[in-house]
Amino acid sequence: MNANQERLHPGQVGWLLLALTLVMLPHTERLPWWITLLSALLLAWRAYITWHALHMPSKWLLFTIAGGAVGGIYLHYGRLLGRDSGVALLVVMLVLKLLEMVALRDAMILVFLCYFVGITNFLYSQSITMAAYLLIVVWVVTATLIGFQFRQQQPGYRYQFRSAGVLLMQSLPLMLVLFVLFPRISGPLWSMPQDALSGTTGLSDEMSPGSVSKLLSSDAIALRASFRSAIPRPNQLYWRGPVMWDFDGYTWKASRFASQTPHEVERLGAMIDYTVTVEPHSRRWLFALDLPAAAPEPARLTGDFQLLNPDAVSRRTRYNMISYPDWRDNDELLSLDRRRGLALPAGSNPRTATMAAELRKKASDDDTYIQAVLAIFREQNFYYTTTPPLLGANPVDQFLFSTRAGFCEHYASAFTVLMRAGGIPARIVTGYQGGEINYVGAYLTVRQADAHAWAEVWLNGRGWTRVDPTASVSPSRVEAGVAAAVPQSELLPRQLRGEYEWLQRARMTWDSVTNSWNQVVLEYTQERQLQLMERLGVDDVSWQKLASLMFILATSVTLVVGVLMLYRLRGRRTDPLIKAYARFCDKLARHGVPRYPSEGPQDYAKRAGARLPDLQSQIEPLIARYIDLRYGDCAVTEASAVSAWVTSVRNFPSRPKH
Amino acid sequence: METPPPNRAYTYEPPPHAPRWWRFLSVLRPLLTPWRWLRRYLDRWLFQLHGTQAGSIVLAQRRIFILPSRYGTIYVAALLLMLTGSINYNLSLGFILTFMLAALGVNSILHTFRNLARLRISAGRAEAVFCGEYARFKLIFENIGALSRYSIGLTRDGRHETYIDVAAGQSATACIDIPAPRRGIMRPGRITVFTRFPLGLCYAWAYADLDARCTVYPRVETQAPALPLPSAHHGLGLSHGLGQEDFAGLRSYSPGDSPRHVAWKAAAREQGLMTKQFSGRADTELWLDWRATPDTLDTEARLSRLTRWVLDAHTASISFGLRLPEIELQPATGDAQRERCLEALALFEHGRRA
Repeated sequence: MNANQERLHPGQVGWLLLALTLVMLPHTERLPWWITLLSALLLAWRAYITWHALHMPSKWLLFTIAGGAVGGIYLHYGRLLGRDSGVALLVVMLVLKLLEMVALRDAMILVFLCYFVGITNFLYSQSITMAAYLLIVVWVVTATLIGFQFRQQQPGYRYQFRSAGVLLMQSLPLMLVLFVLFPRISGPLWSMPQDALSGTTGLSDEMSPGSVSKLLSSDAIALRASFRSAIPRPNQLYWRGPVMWDFDGYTWKASRFASQTPHEVERLGAMIDYTVTVEPHSRRWLFALDLPAAAPEPARLTGDFQLLNPDAVSRRTRYNMISYPDWRDNDELLSLDRRRGLALPAGSNPRTATMAAELRKKASDDDTYIQAVLAIFREQNFYYTTTPPLLGANPVDQFLFSTRAGFCEHYASAFTVLMRAGGIPARIVTGYQGGEINYVGAYLTVRQADAHAWAEVWLNGRGWTRVDPTASVSPSRVEAGVAAAVPQSELLPRQLRGEYEWLQRARMTWDSVTNSWNQVVLEYTQERQLQLMERLGVDDVSWQKLASLMFILATSVTLVVGVLMLYRLRGRRTDPLIKAYARFCDKLARHGVPRYPSEGPQDYAKRAGARLPDLQSQIEPLIARYIDLRYGDCAVTEASAVSAWVTSVRNFPSRPKH
Repeated sequence: METPPPNRAYTYEPPPHAPRWWRFLSVLRPLLTPWRWLRRYLDRWLFQLHGTQAGSIVLAQRRIFILPSRYGTIYVAALLLMLTGSINYNLSLGFILTFMLAALGVNSILHTFRNLARLRISAGRAEAVFCGEYARFKLIFENIGALSRYSIGLTRDGRHETYIDVAAGQSATACIDIPAPRRGIMRPGRITVFTRFPLGLCYAWAYADLDARCTVYPRVETQAPALPLPSAHHGLGLSHGLGQEDFAGLRSYSPGDSPRHVAWKAAAREQGLMTKQFSGRADTELWLDWRATPDTLDTEARLSRLTRWVLDAHTASISFGLRLPEIELQPATGDAQRERCLEALALFEHGRRA
């Protein structure tokens, strides 16, 4: 019978079930519940069929299930060819194939598909945990593959695991060579499916009451920054994101007509030199500390100092930045910008307008007015909370005069409205404030929960000046983070709360490892590849050069592994008797009588006995016994007799006595 | 009975009585039969086939060939798909997994090669069979290395495969059954020793053309006339020597007894293996003579009849001799005589046949 038509035996089906289950397990958290349930049922069914040696289900039944599942997937995702729907289809088809398959040939294809489904897990997560999990999965799948190759006896699962482990370990050097040297290209080959980036969190280009505080519950990382200069003080850590100009009375919106070129500003004081790695958030902006000097390629700097990427940030992006925390803008404000910076919707928030007019009358200049407004926040009964009450139609009025409890967006919004009403051009900047210094990796981690909103006002002779009204209400928000600013009773991600020192240390270590993982492994892009090659002394790196280097190194690595492997084929003396005889000959050689290559034991005993008369009485019976054991009747060769002889060889003097 | 596959010719002989111009034409031979010529060229140059090897062969590096199997091709296709996906989605871990699997594939080439390397193969004894039966050739695989070899396959025609495992430091015997269509000395021909272990992605093979031989006795005639009468001057009727009437008793089986004499009924009654004894008629002398067979039959049919008679005479424990045109075997009894006679029949005019 041809091997390919051979039917699987229950053990092999069991392996396949295990491999499939492991490979699909991480997908279950994303798949619709009914696909998970269907897959589990079908897997159990296959196990039942195998266990009880039943007939396979009819093709028509399987077709029906497949048709139903495809329809269900289409209804659920609204498409079939996307990332999520594709994975769902793959999972269902894989399990159905398992119910249809009887021959070894199909099982081989299923194993390859297992590898393929394995890689789709990386579309969702490339964390260290996922990598470790997939390593185990690949190990199991490879062991399954090995299990399909036995035609005679099955040496058992231990052998399979060990062989698979050895095979994978031996593959590591070649994998490293390929990973480092395979020429990378930047950018996708074709446009990604629409849903490739769904599920990322981050700031939005709109801000209404409650929009920033909803990010508080996310401990997802927004960006990490490592500083070549000293890490700035917390009150300088304003990570500038979208800038909002347009207010409709309730919602602030980022302007679509931001002036294209930034103002020339006069930079004062020291610069901050740092590198930012921003996590994908599927929006265009990048983040920098106030005030970015220039945009990293290929992003550009807008007139209101936002960093805008040409495309949505769909992958982890790393860039070098220089910022100047102190600056001065001596220019006049453009009339267009002045108009936009003062615009307020007619009729909305009337009480705020009245209050602004009153305050403005009392204040002699802009500065006094700003201080007066901040004093209201500071001295009156305002309250900083992450769970503010909901606001209605005139949210600023309601916030200023009744609820008086809010989060940064409430303060920033109210402050900006008061400024505009008082004739000072003002705008809202959203972004992140602060961050946690990771002492293990010496970098700063900024999470989504650090999202913040503040205001900027135009002061003649100084330019756009940052005013953070939240800091007036709750200075600790800026100095020590959200956790310090809100009461303990409010829900916050664990990361933001203080905790045991060892726990904090462990968390920082883990984050630091994750950061290195991101930087070294996940962010190994074309750019990093070229940098590495230059550092290794390869000039004029081109893809041809990389490819030939990869080919040469891969060949050498394979040769080395091959030679080491084949070395094990050399005949090894496993027979203890022969080994002991060789040892005995060595001992006699040390006495001065080496055995000639062509000399048999009998002749050797005679010659050695004649040369060493005082040992003759030992040599001759030893060799006679050896001849008995080795060439005598098979029945004599018992293990105990051999080991007795080995012992007597051991007791034979190894050096001549003097 | 299954018809055996035709033997493939690996040497190209000119037709007998070739005219002189054939020699000049022979230069163009590769053009006439390009595939056969290419195959022969490959066999000589690449596969290093130089005919039968006496003794044992060791599968050294130059004897082992390796190519991706069908699954290996599918595997490579799957890896290319994974690589494209990794590039498109910029999945670093996707690259790592893809390259890991690629390295695994490369590594499996080494492992598959190693599964065959340094195996020593020698031919075991093949028991003689009758024409029309299956000749069972034994191949002894010796593994001196410290690694067990699994799933070593053997095939002669590419369709029927036999598999064996050879444990580390041990030897194992594989049997290949080949239909024996003609009497004479049969050789197994070129046997392909192959393996796909451990991942099934590569197919490594080596050719073993061992000096194994199996004697094939002539086909036994099924409806042969009864044994010819022994010489009349002995005055004995066939009734004494023939058939099972002169059954003399049972003795316990000893190795070497003909299976035909084993009392299978007794064995079925769980009385142990017993051998039937017949009253030997040493004085009955029977000559099985080529000339006693009708010359209207062809050579093979006459040999078949003689074979039948040899078996019958041996079963009846008659002392018999065999007379062939060039050979005369003196009358004797016993298994040795049977073998001798059958071999003479098997090799009758053996050298003379093309």
